[in-house]
Amino acid sequence: MGFEDLFLGFQHALSAQNLFFAFVGVILGTIIGVLPGLGGANGVAILLPLTLRMPPTSAIILLTSLYWGALFGGAITSILFNIPGEPWSVATTFDGYPMARQGKGGQALTAAFTSSFVGAFFSTLLITFFAPLLADVALRFGPPEIFAIQFLTFSAFVGLGGGNPVKTLVSIVLGFILAAVGLDIVTGQLRMTFGVTDLMQGFDFIVAVIGLFGIGEILLSVEEGLSFKGVATGMNLRVVLETWKVLPRYWRTFARSCFIGFWMGFKPGGATPASFMSYSFAKRFSKNPARFGQGELEGVVAPETAAHAAGVAAMLPMITLGIPGSPTAAVMLGGLVMWGLQPGPMLFREKADFVWGLIASMYTGNIIGVVMVLAFVPLFAAILRVPFAILTPVIVTVCAIGAYAVHNAMIDVWYMLAFGVVGYVFKKLDYPLAPLVLALVLGDHAENALRQSLIMSQGSLAIFMTRPITAVIMAAAIVFFAMPAIAPWLRLLRRRRARAVAATPPGD
Amino acid sequence: MRAADLATVAVLMLVGGVVLFDAVRLGIGWGTDGPQSGFFPFWLGTTLLLACAVVLGQIAGRKPRGVPFVTREQLGPVLKVLWPATALVVLTQVLGIYVASALYIGFYMRWVGAHSWRSIVVLSIGIPLVTFLVFEHWFLVPLPKGPLEQWLGY
Repeated sequence: MGFEDLFLGFQHALSAQNLFFAFVGVILGTIIGVLPGLGGANGVAILLPLTLRMPPTSAIILLTSLYWGALFGGAITSILFNIPGEPWSVATTFDGYPMARQGKGGQALTAAFTSSFVGAFFSTLLITFFAPLLADVALRFGPPEIFAIQFLTFSAFVGLGGGNPVKTLVSIVLGFILAAVGLDIVTGQLRMTFGVTDLMQGFDFIVAVIGLFGIGEILLSVEEGLSFKGVATGMNLRVVLETWKVLPRYWRTFARSCFIGFWMGFKPGGATPASFMSYSFAKRFSKNPARFGQGELEGVVAPETAAHAAGVAAMLPMITLGIPGSPTAAVMLGGLVMWGLQPGPMLFREKADFVWGLIASMYTGNIIGVVMVLAFVPLFAAILRVPFAILTPVIVTVCAIGAYAVHNAMIDVWYMLAFGVVGYVFKKLDYPLAPLVLALVLGDHAENALRQSLIMSQGSLAIFMTRPITAVIMAAAIVFFAMPAIAPWLRLLRRRRARAVAATPPGD
Repeated sequence: MRAADLATVAVLMLVGGVVLFDAVRLGIGWGTDGPQSGFFPFWLGTTLLLACAVVLGQIAGRKPRGVPFVTREQLGPVLKVLWPATALVVLTQVLGIYVASALYIGFYMRWVGAHSWRSIVVLSIGIPLVTFLVFEHWFLVPLPKGPLEQWLGY
């Protein structure tokens, strides 16, 4: 690694064409982030077919910029409309929406955008330094290591994802099952098709993303009635500058949230816990914790910084290991395959201009993003004032087009509809959707890694315990899997010890 | 909520059963040069059934909260989105996406939004037209077409 690589990357990212794509991506992404039912993952999924004819570097810049835009857009709906577009925006609504209702929407938005930028910038810096190192290590990985990492990925969902761990496991397994449907490329046999020709091509995860997150999300959001209600922005240059004067006071919160975000973020499903963790830490260390939830600026800074740091960090495992850290990264991974690139550590060797163009575009995309959203918030917020009866059919149509365009297959549009209903039911019953999508993406990859490992060991599972790196990763994964079972015991133990200390008479 | 939870677990267990059945057909053991096709699905099906059993236990162990899965007031708007969306897919199959989406957007604007006929005509024709230009013309991505496009020579 060296600065010449990054320099080369900037030459790509700063070309007029790619700056234009970054610009378009940010605008589209912000619009998608603001629209109910559309988020980063399905925005990228819908746009993917349009990038097939573009050079890969431009295509990935367009899609990642769309992702940054969607992250910014999520903050707008959380603060002005109290609608968290993504699960990791939930913590932003705690103080953002009260601020907007007190007429301080401008401050809240400025703080949110600035924090997002700081978080993203921090993670990008770390990616710049760590990605090549990690890729070098990953180059020496064989099938057992790859399988172990995937095992760790899914164990992280079970152990850290929050919610019901058993239902998380169900989601993961269901994703793997859907991935297994169709032709088994190793033996050439058809699996779980039961003679139905349409099932032979299997289920594409992009269609699943559009259905689960797009249609499902719309169905869920209309339960409260067929409209969206919001607060005025109250944003102008003076407010921005005044908020910027105040923000440096929270440097400790910024720093803490950046680290939490990056640390949680490169593990899958980490953005949501990162934002909540960062919020609760900020509250605990604050001088006036009682003001949290009433419209405290710090309560916007903390979750936004962490969520964005995590969102960017999710790209690290994608470009170095070929394992996406979030559904959006998963869709981009699918894009890499469609453009004829092999995701994983070899990218750094063989497609250095692509990787470094991508990394450099993280800097430029976020700078363009923060400037754009600060300047045009009222315009973006106005999107949600488009009447519901126009917005909904347009969103559904866009989803249908996106699903169709993946394989030019009508059956995919039907799948999308079915996934929409499944997404709605699963969301209501607390089955998480992100692990399902990731399992669907990684299914074949994981199965092949497992098969190759077993072939190497003549069918013995001991191979996962005898290779040092694999053993360490597997041990960590098992701890994560066991976490939901251990955690209540630990808590009980701690409480008992605390009670024992309290019960000891003083002066002894 | 309880009934929906139970129904979902039942469907998932059925899926698990089907997976196991197919896995056994494919062979779950060791083939000539590695695990057979049914090996991975077999363990997936088994895990799914076990996890579902645990979820069943959780549901049985919890007192019913009496919260319905979806109230009548919630179901109304959900269906008002779902069935027109289904109609869009059916129409797309017959008429192509452009005509179908024009009808769908127009119908929805009138039915839910009670918008004026002028704006309905402008948007329900304008949006599919823009879509057509973007996809078929600029990006050369073919979308489903029907009799109208055929008649126009596409």
